[in-house]
Amino acid sequence: MSKSHMLALFSDFDQASEAIRDLKSSNFEGFKLDDVTLKSPIEHPEIEELLGKRPVYVRIFTFFGALFVPLLGFLFVASSQATFLLQPKGGKPVIPLPPNFVLTYEFFILGGVYMTVLGFFISAKLPMKRNKLYNARVSEDQIGILIKAEDAIMPAIKDLFTRHNPLEIMGGDN
Amino acid sequence: MVNTYEETEVAVEKRFVPKPLDINADIAWAKINKDILRSLERPRPIFWVIFIASFALFLVGVSCEVYQYQTGMGVANLDNPQMWGLYIATFIWWIGMGHSGTLLSALLHIMHADWRKPIYRYSEAMTTFTLLTAALFVLVHLGRIWQFYYVVAYPNERWTWPNFQSPLVWDATAIGTYLTSSLLFLYIGMIPDLAICRDNAVGIRKKLYTFMSLGWMGTDRQWANFRVTYLTLACFLMPLAVSVHSIVSTDFAASQQPGYHITSFPPYFVAGAIYSGLAVIITLFIVLRYTFRFEEYMTMPILEKLAKLTFAAGMVWTYLNLIEYATTWYGNDMYAKQALIYRATGPFAPEWWLMNFLGSVLPFALTFKRVRASIPVMLFMSIFINFGMWLERWMIISPTLAHGIYPWTWDDDQWPSFIQWGIVAGSFGWFNMLFMLYCKIFPSVSMYEVKEMLHERRFFKSTNVATARDSAINPDLAVEGGLAS
Repeated sequence: MSKSHMLALFSDFDQASEAIRDLKSSNFEGFKLDDVTLKSPIEHPEIEELLGKRPVYVRIFTFFGALFVPLLGFLFVASSQATFLLQPKGGKPVIPLPPNFVLTYEFFILGGVYMTVLGFFISAKLPMKRNKLYNARVSEDQIGILIKAEDAIMPAIKDLFTRHNPLEIMGGDN
Repeated sequence: MVNTYEETEVAVEKRFVPKPLDINADIAWAKINKDILRSLERPRPIFWVIFIASFALFLVGVSCEVYQYQTGMGVANLDNPQMWGLYIATFIWWIGMGHSGTLLSALLHIMHADWRKPIYRYSEAMTTFTLLTAALFVLVHLGRIWQFYYVVAYPNERWTWPNFQSPLVWDATAIGTYLTSSLLFLYIGMIPDLAICRDNAVGIRKKLYTFMSLGWMGTDRQWANFRVTYLTLACFLMPLAVSVHSIVSTDFAASQQPGYHITSFPPYFVAGAIYSGLAVIITLFIVLRYTFRFEEYMTMPILEKLAKLTFAAGMVWTYLNLIEYATTWYGNDMYAKQALIYRATGPFAPEWWLMNFLGSVLPFALTFKRVRASIPVMLFMSIFINFGMWLERWMIISPTLAHGIYPWTWDDDQWPSFIQWGIVAGSFGWFNMLFMLYCKIFPSVSMYEVKEMLHERRFFKSTNVATARDSAINPDLAVEGGLAS
């Protein structure tokens, strides 16, 4: 069975969430909530109540970045200093810990920030090619619901959306 | 006594609207896009006046630098003991100024202070460009620019000792970390707006925005990741900003020079950085508000909040300044005490007293609402406060070096040459030019966050009014500890 996409545009978030609520209770055969995507000009965390929590892996990257990059940084600095093991230091330690901790702290931030950004790109799948079913009004003031579903149930979904007075429905015709 | 439903509604609305709105809650979202995008195309003519004047100043700086490069550092009138002069003073000032942008944005974001939303973008951009400007002074101060790579400590075949014990190396690491992290913070926060620009641009601009927006579509998955990422970055950037300027202060505090060897220098530098940064945020607020017609977004209530914050930062700085004087005085270290007396009574006394006046006395004017409500007065106030903070950096550097431990090194006559002044002026041109270019190419007000601000306001207002109305009509519905109590 082939699948296609449909984008319905609504004038506000309440309308769109009502449509999703109806969609959820309709129990169309073979339809999954994971195939519903809300597109909005601002963040609407309240949509998670309807669509469930979306996977966010950013913190895992942050954790490993903040843990391992400072360790690597410390090793980098200490190994640089250890290269000069035989040079007279006038009684000073070859690997002085207090100044190295200052640098390790900076590496901690650096690792945390860089890995968080990397995690964001991977987790949000950026950069990505824009879907054909994109409407610039979504970045302005409208809410879009993008559905991926089997062709057989598309007309029923379209009917459901129509009942909620969408501004426009795009796609859904394979 | 209210009787009808409508009267009740009006009464509770009057009673429960929590505070004055920072911006008009009824602005249409499409209008927000239109207004901000218009700023990228048709600013007021003053934009070009500022840009051309900045470019001219920049050329003055470049000419002075070329002359200094060709002739040698002697033309700058820098010599022992005054080997730092205006270059390092201005370097610290620029570094410090950059701290408020990102720090303030991150702090207010974590605290959910929504009034930051129309002003944080340009503040973060300011941070980036001030750091870039500050970095120029390291090169200028070196004189031998072609040997810059010697500064960077790394293990190599020349067997140069990488002196990681030197605060200068910590400084380079910290500033490098801050610059790249601030840049990423700025960029990540800008992605949804770049998508708006992409959807509305044509030609080469569209290509640029398409490339930079990375295909952002505003899906719920992207927003969920965005929220976590932005908050995490803010959490990292706050301690980073504090660490960077405290590390800059160790360039001085870790030395044995009288007047530098002071325990309170790290918090003093951080407070000074926040103070001068806030003052420049006010200056840029006023300039951008007029130049790009942002009157509806950069409103007077926001300016007033900035003014109050500046006053608070000014008082923290004043306290730490007085603590520095008091500990030096009562500490009774002969050399440090003499350095302090020299600053207050020596050849730099007029600048020192002016610094104290501009930094500690002038901000008291901000306690008057009439001052905070006047844009021209606020513009001059912010410029004078910043001038005071620049003097502070100069007063840390020059009088102290001129009056060290050994009397035979004392030197009162090394006034900065025109070359030094020219390069300092050029740095202002460089910063203004970059900043204005940025504002012309990228949205300097965050469109999606202003929309979020309005959305939250409307939601908050409707929820409060509804709750209050319910509880006023039927007290049994009152939420415990809520609005009806």
